[in-house]
Amino acid sequence: MPAFIQMGSEKHFSSLHTTLCATGGGAYKFEQDFRTVGDLQLCKLDELDCLVKGVLYIDSVGFNGDSECYYFENPTDSEKCQKLPFNLENPYPLLLVNIGSGVSILAVYSKDNYKRVTGTSLGGGTFFGLCCLLTGCSTFEEALEMASLGDSTKVDKLVRDIYGGDYERFGLPGWAVASSFGNMMSKEKRESVSKEDLARATLITITNNIGSIARMCALNENINRVVFVGNFLRINTISMRLLAYALDYWSKGQLKALFLEHE
Amino acid sequence: MAERGGRGTSSGCDSSLDKSITLPPDEIFRNLENAKCFAIDIGGSLTKLAYYSTVQHKVARVRSFDHSGKDIEHESPYEITVQEEITARLHFIKFENTYIETCLDFIKDHLVNTETKVLKATGGGAYKFKDLIEKKLGLKVDKEDVMTCLIKGCNFVLKNIPHEVFAYQKDSDTEFRFQTNHPNIFPYLLVNIGSGVSIVKVETGDKFEWIGGSSIGGGTFWGLGALLTKTKKFDELLQLASKGQHTNVDMLVKDVYGGAYQTLGLSGNLIASSFGKSATADKEFSKDDMAKSLLHMISNDIGQLACLYAKLHNLHKIYFGGFFIRGHPVTMRTITYSINFFSKGEVQALFLRHEGYLGAIGAFLKGAEQDNPNEYSWGENYAGSSGLMSTSPDLCPMQRARSGTFDMFEMDRLERPLVNLPLLKDPSTYIPDTVDLTDDAMARKYWLTCFEEALDGVVKRAMASQPDSTDAAERAEKFRQKYWNKLQTLRQQPFAYGTLTVRSLLDTREHCLNEFNFPDPYSKVKQKENGIALKCFPSVIESLDSLGWEERQFALVKGLLAGNVFDWGAKAVSEVLESEPQFGFEEAKEKLQERPWLEDSYSEWIQRLKEGPPHKCALIFADNSGIDIILGVFPFVRELLSRGTEVILACNSGPALNDVTYSESLIVTERIAAMDPIIQSALMEERLLLVQTGSSSPCLDLSRLDKGLALLVRERKTDLVIIEGMGRAIHTNYYAALQCESLKLAVIKNSWLADRLGGKIFSVIFKYEVPRK
Repeated sequence: MPAFIQMGSEKHFSSLHTTLCATGGGAYKFEQDFRTVGDLQLCKLDELDCLVKGVLYIDSVGFNGDSECYYFENPTDSEKCQKLPFNLENPYPLLLVNIGSGVSILAVYSKDNYKRVTGTSLGGGTFFGLCCLLTGCSTFEEALEMASLGDSTKVDKLVRDIYGGDYERFGLPGWAVASSFGNMMSKEKRESVSKEDLARATLITITNNIGSIARMCALNENINRVVFVGNFLRINTISMRLLAYALDYWSKGQLKALFLEHE
Repeated sequence: MAERGGRGTSSGCDSSLDKSITLPPDEIFRNLENAKCFAIDIGGSLTKLAYYSTVQHKVARVRSFDHSGKDIEHESPYEITVQEEITARLHFIKFENTYIETCLDFIKDHLVNTETKVLKATGGGAYKFKDLIEKKLGLKVDKEDVMTCLIKGCNFVLKNIPHEVFAYQKDSDTEFRFQTNHPNIFPYLLVNIGSGVSIVKVETGDKFEWIGGSSIGGGTFWGLGALLTKTKKFDELLQLASKGQHTNVDMLVKDVYGGAYQTLGLSGNLIASSFGKSATADKEFSKDDMAKSLLHMISNDIGQLACLYAKLHNLHKIYFGGFFIRGHPVTMRTITYSINFFSKGEVQALFLRHEGYLGAIGAFLKGAEQDNPNEYSWGENYAGSSGLMSTSPDLCPMQRARSGTFDMFEMDRLERPLVNLPLLKDPSTYIPDTVDLTDDAMARKYWLTCFEEALDGVVKRAMASQPDSTDAAERAEKFRQKYWNKLQTLRQQPFAYGTLTVRSLLDTREHCLNEFNFPDPYSKVKQKENGIALKCFPSVIESLDSLGWEERQFALVKGLLAGNVFDWGAKAVSEVLESEPQFGFEEAKEKLQERPWLEDSYSEWIQRLKEGPPHKCALIFADNSGIDIILGVFPFVRELLSRGTEVILACNSGPALNDVTYSESLIVTERIAAMDPIIQSALMEERLLLVQTGSSSPCLDLSRLDKGLALLVRERKTDLVIIEGMGRAIHTNYYAALQCESLKLAVIKNSWLADRLGGKIFSVIFKYEVPRK
């Protein structure tokens, strides 16, 4: 960012324009630098306003004639699961889940009518931050790559690890995670897991949690379409498929997870 | 989701069994010889054992002498015999899993009752230890569902244990804010934070539903914490967390926006991304900071989900349990913060004093169904229970030694079911106690010292009450030690048994006396004083009857008040009574404050008597034996009866200090009836009824009264309640609001308390109240 501001200064952006439209948290953080170094006034636009408008705009323009929006059909069946376009002609109401370093959840009722329902600090930054601490990786891509090679069931304690199978009293399937990182309470198991396993478990933990909070918000707001956007999902098929799966499974097919090509 | 792991005080699931521990058995597995109905809840590191036993203890019974005319020769109005009584008690013991084999051996050696064939077991460890238990005890292990047991236990304590529930308040003198028992405990949300999180909606005693959960729970804190900090134990992780600064690891809103995010009203200090800074900076992070960040992340996440579930199901009470919470102020604080933040104050995070025992209680109830434990009322035995946080040595300075990791909880089965007084204005907001000593540090210091100073006298009195017993001195000394220790614990942890009050201090003393077989230290004093007062009765009545109406009313009230001076529980009085044997009714009247009294609505009372119709039925809670009941209360009762008011006279079921007991009141009334035709005919015609309160306390909890009393009160359409004495009308019920007229009267026999209320010793409280229409 400082390089960008420096370039702006060198190329005399300010002779052409005096204001630059900006959004995102950094717009606030770097405002001073833009003004002093780049001689530019920032027109700060509200991040969430921009996000909502952006989502609706992208969808109206479309993606090479195809729909911008898509979903996963049969998310609970890994064989039959496939990505299909979704027609977002009548978008409202929708729940917009923006996963950046943290997570913001918005209920959008019309182009100008939306509210922030809640948010969580367990987001992309948490995944990447924990991965750095646990595996020593240095980029988000590296963290995702490791996660794609790992096995989270070595790290997590599953329902079947506790009950030997499904917990029928509560209708919980044996494969469900009972305790994220639960196996790591044991010294032997801590010594036997790989960095890839840890990266995978971190990704699954964060993703499942976002799915769970999004699902509860959708139920509370009485909305059945949930659009997931944000940097965290960039090149992150594991999380997208998991979100689609989790939303479908735990809502018994009542909720649909949607994604955008150009988020 | 299931209960795994536990308090990290042991080395966790993988610990080998420790056989080298010698147990102080008398103090831990009590009454094993009569034990039956065993149940066990084995968690990841703690075992909770439950059993039912019968306790044999001595009670003083009173019996009328033969009335064939010879009784005039007796100095005393009745005789006292000491008898054995058998009551039922529930025992719960919590200990580390490392002791399990030693404990099983001990139980095997001491178990006399061989009727027991089955042991109910629950908890994650029930599977692991099944074979060991079956082999050691020769009992069949019957496994019960974890969550069913948890909820059964939860319902049981919510219903039976006063001050079970508390809210946790940070930065307050009283971190534990106890709640009075609500008559209707349902519906509620139970969030159990074990290794994972289970969220259960409980609608009735039998109906509950798993409505959700989360995999981010205590196991995540422990497992991820161990990876990040190389710290193995759960407790140590919590300690790290309590020292850390999460802002070094977390990315805050202000780190992103440079300040608060105004448009959304998000404060700059809010966490935008947990562990967000550990992703951008290439540096080492301190263990403390990471543990703190992790604790915040997990607590906030659980709180958020709990609020979302509470909102969806429209519930406002959330009880938290599981090893993540269990007695840890750190996690109770973060969870409370999270619930307040996400619900904007609409939902309250609540915790339970006996949370660690819920599974064991539930498993026990499952096994004891044929004894119908749910049909009875139960009371916590303060003498036999360890109290809150007794096993958190790092958190409290006053702690027991290594063997102190044994924690105990005992409940007595009450002889009679207890219910609310139907005349309470609002049972859900009724608080019996006038002063909360957990809140009021000055009052707490005073009363604890007061009870310490009175201890010598109580010990002496206890010994003197059993002159023929060879071991009375030894037992009295044990009593002294036990009660002294309780008082010291309460100095350090005033919240140990719920809200600390004068009532709880008095009740604890009674429980400790009973524990060492001093069921009624004042039995002889009461007998003597009843005898003396009965002799005076005719002359007191004669002098009253000679007065005009107005004078008589005042004399009656003065008599009631003078009678109330005779209180062996008050130090100022007991010293006078010890040193001046001639001190009598007239002398007591002299002591009374002149009108206007400290609290004085006497004129309103007289006006009511003059102008209003007679009351339909009066309920009187009597206080002391002797002059109080005989020369104070009975003449007053007689006047009410003459006005056409029926009277229900309620006395304690069991002894407490020199308070008159129900059985004593029966004899005394019989003797008075023989002298007085008004009382005689009222008894015959059932216009005067004697009932028991169901209590053995010098104070009075109107939300826990004998069911028979409540029925009678309703049946007779009671419209006047008279509460007499310092314990019942000042320490408790001073602010109690009733649906009908009430009269609260007492003489303040303690100069500190008098001073606090703005008066002097022997000040008079005469509080006549009419409910607002």
